[in-house]
Amino acid sequence: MNLEFSEDQKFVQQTARDYLSEHASLEVCRAVLESDRPYDPELWKGVAEMGWLGAAVPEEYGGAGLGYLELVLIAQEIGRALAPIPFSSSVYLATEAILRFGSDAQKKAHLPRLASGELVGTFAMAEGGGDLDGGDCATTFSGGKLSGTKIPVIDGDVAGLAVVLAKDGAGQSLVLVDLESAGVTRTALTSIDPSRSQARIEFDGAAGEVLGTAGEGAAAATALLDRAAVMMGFEQVGGAEHALEITREFTMGRYAFGRPVASFQALKHRMADVYAKNQIALSHGYYAAWALSNDNEELPAAACGVRVAASDAFRLAAEEMVQFHGGVGFTWEYDCHLFYRRAQLTSLALGSPSEWREKLIQRLEQAA
Amino acid sequence: MDFDDTPQEAEFRARCRAFLEQHLEPLDPDETSPNMLGEREDDAAIQRAKDWQATKFDNGWAVLTWPKEYGGQGMGRMEAVIWGQEEAKFKTPPAIYGIGHGMLGPTLMTHGSDEQKAQYVKEMARGQEVWCQLFSEPAAGSDLAGLRTTAVRDGDEWVLNGQKIWSTGAHYCDWGMIVTRTDPNAAKHAGLTYFIVDMRSPGIEVRPIQQINGASGFNEVFFSDVRVPEGNRLGAEGNGWQVAITTLMNERVAIGAGGGGGRLKDLLTLARESRRGGRPAIEDASVRQQIADFWITSKGLQYVGYRTLSALSRGGTPGPEGAIGKAVGAPLGQQLAAFAIELQGAMGALNQDDLVPMEAMWQDAYLGSPGLRIAGGTDEILKNIIAERVLGLPPEMRVDKDKPFRDVPTGPPSKS
Ligand SMILES: Cc1cc2nc3c(=O)[nH]c(=O)nc-3n(C[C@H](O)[C@H](O)[C@H](O)COP(=O)(O)OP(=O)(O)OC[C@H]3O[C@@H](n4cnc5c(N)ncnc54)[C@H](O)[C@@H]3O)c2cc1C
Repeated sequence: MNLEFSEDQKFVQQTARDYLSEHASLEVCRAVLESDRPYDPELWKGVAEMGWLGAAVPEEYGGAGLGYLELVLIAQEIGRALAPIPFSSSVYLATEAILRFGSDAQKKAHLPRLASGELVGTFAMAEGGGDLDGGDCATTFSGGKLSGTKIPVIDGDVAGLAVVLAKDGAGQSLVLVDLESAGVTRTALTSIDPSRSQARIEFDGAAGEVLGTAGEGAAAATALLDRAAVMMGFEQVGGAEHALEITREFTMGRYAFGRPVASFQALKHRMADVYAKNQIALSHGYYAAWALSNDNEELPAAACGVRVAASDAFRLAAEEMVQFHGGVGFTWEYDCHLFYRRAQLTSLALGSPSEWREKLIQRLEQAA
Repeated sequence: MDFDDTPQEAEFRARCRAFLEQHLEPLDPDETSPNMLGEREDDAAIQRAKDWQATKFDNGWAVLTWPKEYGGQGMGRMEAVIWGQEEAKFKTPPAIYGIGHGMLGPTLMTHGSDEQKAQYVKEMARGQEVWCQLFSEPAAGSDLAGLRTTAVRDGDEWVLNGQKIWSTGAHYCDWGMIVTRTDPNAAKHAGLTYFIVDMRSPGIEVRPIQQINGASGFNEVFFSDVRVPEGNRLGAEGNGWQVAITTLMNERVAIGAGGGGGRLKDLLTLARESRRGGRPAIEDASVRQQIADFWITSKGLQYVGYRTLSALSRGGTPGPEGAIGKAVGAPLGQQLAAFAIELQGAMGALNQDDLVPMEAMWQDAYLGSPGLRIAGGTDEILKNIIAERVLGLPPEMRVDKDKPFRDVPTGPPSKS
């Protein structure tokens, strides 16, 4: 057993930390949140130039040829910075789906452009509320044409390419669609976290092609969500750690009753709780990243573990952050709400934590 | 990044198993995990524990991390954990060496003189004599440095008077390690001295205390003019706090490693066998959600522990982060037991082995679980440690720190 990241992997993380602290301060996130812009194209370009969008993509398809152990550490830094870019949609979902299920021709056609950032991808699965995985799917794919409505689709307004789950004959298939093609109508929606955009996408006979095996899309989507959950988990832990650091700094400097508010035991103990939850989530992340990087049979249960632990940790860290700031924590001006919003968005993005708890029990039952 | 055994670790694991299979009966994999803080004080059980320890010692499987000269094998923590994982798959006698081997032995090796080490450490490893920790007092638990048992020098001996309490195993132990106050005029932490004490010394009286769960694992120990030779002082006079800190640091490592995986399997089984809403309880969504949360916290603690272990085996030193395992794990154990009892409905209120599911093990677990939240640092003290030493938040206010100890007020617990 060796639970250390290698020196090279740590170097990748440090490089990401350095780059993002220079180019993606919280002001960059706030600027997107406060504007009509759906994301920050400058930062997107920079991140692409750093090679992070294709971190796990083999070099023959235009990627950096690193692995998931590098990618998760980059994700942790993206999360720490609350980077206002379509990183998760394009990298953990669209790129990952094509890498995992695409034909050689599909990989050649899309991966180089996804890795270079020229093309943004996303994954369109939800059709309203309810369960994401195994929920309603009325969108159909027939005769090469896609019809139906997906809502909400994170980054659906900015992506050029979508992987769409649709009914296909008796089963379901993953379908690749050019979002700029005829028969696609996109409407931007108001996001709980406006630094990350969301959209409704209506397909009316849009041209598409099957990704992976026709009729086996449901299982493929489930597997894709497992993989994305690991990377998203690191992103969430990054956000949670940063929230705790800011909270610590603030409470050390804020005085009440003649002492720093950080000296009150109620706050100390709750910051200890936040720390413990972050460590638990990060440790699940280690296990899941290891399972992901070597396609271990533990991945399905491990993905549930990191998904729930990291969602809970980030939400708690952000909620306590607002609370421990007092009145200023509730203002638009302070940054607490950036974390508060992002924590909620990321915890719902791949299906809610309660959905993943249910999945975990199903998987444990199957294993027994 | 690799959670699997290295080839060397796998080979070592196989050697552990081979030895264990020769000497012990394996546990049935579906058998419920044994209880903590249960009955373990009868003489026959203690003797079985000593016999098993002697077998391990004679065959080179005792105290693996200790140096060879002290009866150990000079191995790393990783090997010790692998051994522990394998040993846990067999029917073993009660664990009576946690305090001695986990905490007191390392303290002796750090602070003992050459004569003390030669006299005690190897014997401690062989385990035919058992050691206890005499730290807590009626008025000094979390605030250990507030202890009041005195030691006064008399020629080349020390004379001890006072009372210790909650001393686990003192009723079957041969030796104890004790912190005493030798200078009441010094400030609280400065006036303490640490000793090795022969539990058979005249003037020592051990009275077992009954716990919530009916067992009597711990004791009150009274000292009336107990004479301890100067050669049994561990560390310098007035330096007892530093020595005690070594013991407490090792306590955290010993208790820290979380787990509870076995318990979760039992909980799933119980949920399949219990009924709710006319169906197996495992089909109830709220039951499923709760068990998933328990699983996630428990597995998470296990991985936190593995990360610490991995860092330690690469030469790191145990840090205060280790407090997470106990701060989260101990309350988790109580919550799990409470939930399991609730699954049993009205029968959950019984505590009769032949009537209650799983031979009432959850009732026993529930009654035993509060002890783990208190022993070895309470939940609250552990959170202080995380807050202050990991996060660097301000320390608790201390009104007594710089006063001479004789001026520090006290309020021993009393039953109203
Ligand atoms: C099963 C068991 C086995 C034990 N075995 C041994 C043994 O072998 N040897 C030995 O020496 N001792 C032993 N102990 C004693 C144990 O170390 C003490 O009980 C423990 O440290 C708490 O001390 P106390 O009982 O005096 O409670 P107190 O310290 O009086 O605590 C009372 C309450 O106040 C809280 N509290 C105290 N200080 C603070 C603070 N600064 N901030 C917030 N809350 C605070 C505590 O968390 C607790 O909730 C054992 C205890 C148990 C339960």
